[in-house]
Amino acid sequence: MVAKSNAIRAEVEEKVKRSGVPARSEGPATNLDRLIHERTRLAIISALAVNNSLTFSELKKLLGASDGNLSVHARKLEDAGYIACTKSFANRLPKTEYRLTPSGRHALEKYLDHMEALIRATRER
Amino acid sequence: MALQYKVLDCNAAPCYASFMAHRQPLASDSRVPVALDDRARDNLRFIRETMERAGSFTAVPGWGGVAIGITALGAAVIASFQDSSFAWLGTWITEAAVAIAIASWTTFTKARASGASLFSGPGRRFVYSFAPPIFVGALLTVLLVRAGLIGTIAGMWLLLYGTAVVTGGAFSIRIVPLMGLCFMVLGAVALFSPASWSNALLAVGFGGFHIVFGGVIARNYGG
Repeated sequence: MVAKSNAIRAEVEEKVKRSGVPARSEGPATNLDRLIHERTRLAIISALAVNNSLTFSELKKLLGASDGNLSVHARKLEDAGYIACTKSFANRLPKTEYRLTPSGRHALEKYLDHMEALIRATRER
Repeated sequence: MALQYKVLDCNAAPCYASFMAHRQPLASDSRVPVALDDRARDNLRFIRETMERAGSFTAVPGWGGVAIGITALGAAVIASFQDSSFAWLGTWITEAAVAIAIASWTTFTKARASGASLFSGPGRRFVYSFAPPIFVGALLTVLLVRAGLIGTIAGMWLLLYGTAVVTGGAFSIRIVPLMGLCFMVLGAVALFSPASWSNALLAVGFGGFHIVFGGVIARNYGG
């Protein structure tokens, strides 16, 4: 059974590779973009993909995340250059606005391609 | 748009391979590659749902509103020189056609520029809630003309256009329903004012409101 699983796994890996998704050194489950694979970060990227910009509180409401949780994940995405953050003041209240950068959009597209490739690979069996 | 298509296209009915039935216990599930496509599907669904929830219809054209306002002011001037009520009506109906053309074009270009889809999610909801009051308005126009109540048409137009903007604007940025509300108030005023004020009230509504709100939208919400 284990041997069979490994065989299937190797085959899927091969198909994913052939479908043009760049693979890193790890297996198929791990060669995806870990940074946006995490649910909260994936939600941030997805929400920003359909909005020009979203404020911190809008994102928080949308995701139902806590302040700390959201800011940690947003910071990680910001550090990777996937989202851009601008801080300003509106009526003397600090306002943090997030936008998706071109590289963030590209990362999401790549992630989607990867998911599609995975589905195609298993479906073709 | 391309992104949304990608996500939306992937909700084809899942076709489970026969060996899916003999899955291993949960503990070792993460080692089985078959579960990967399930998870991939789940991820795509998650992205799609987040996008739908997060998407508001932001393709309301600000500069388009300003342009419509300017043509409406022109129409009001032209209409004020018309002797017959039918010529007056014709002027405003022509203006409506011009406004629809401007609105369609500017909405389309703004949506394309921001990569938003006009025909899925928020865009579709906007159209579905915007169109019915407009349709009723067109029908009532015919009815009121036939009944000889041309003096009440301006109020009815403003009121129903306001209703359309309020209901459609529920899925858009907050300033849009506010503009609709202003139109409704003006329409209510128009319904109870003398028919001779019609032209001026239409100029204030379709001209003034569009220019003011269009300008605010253009400045704050990207064009």
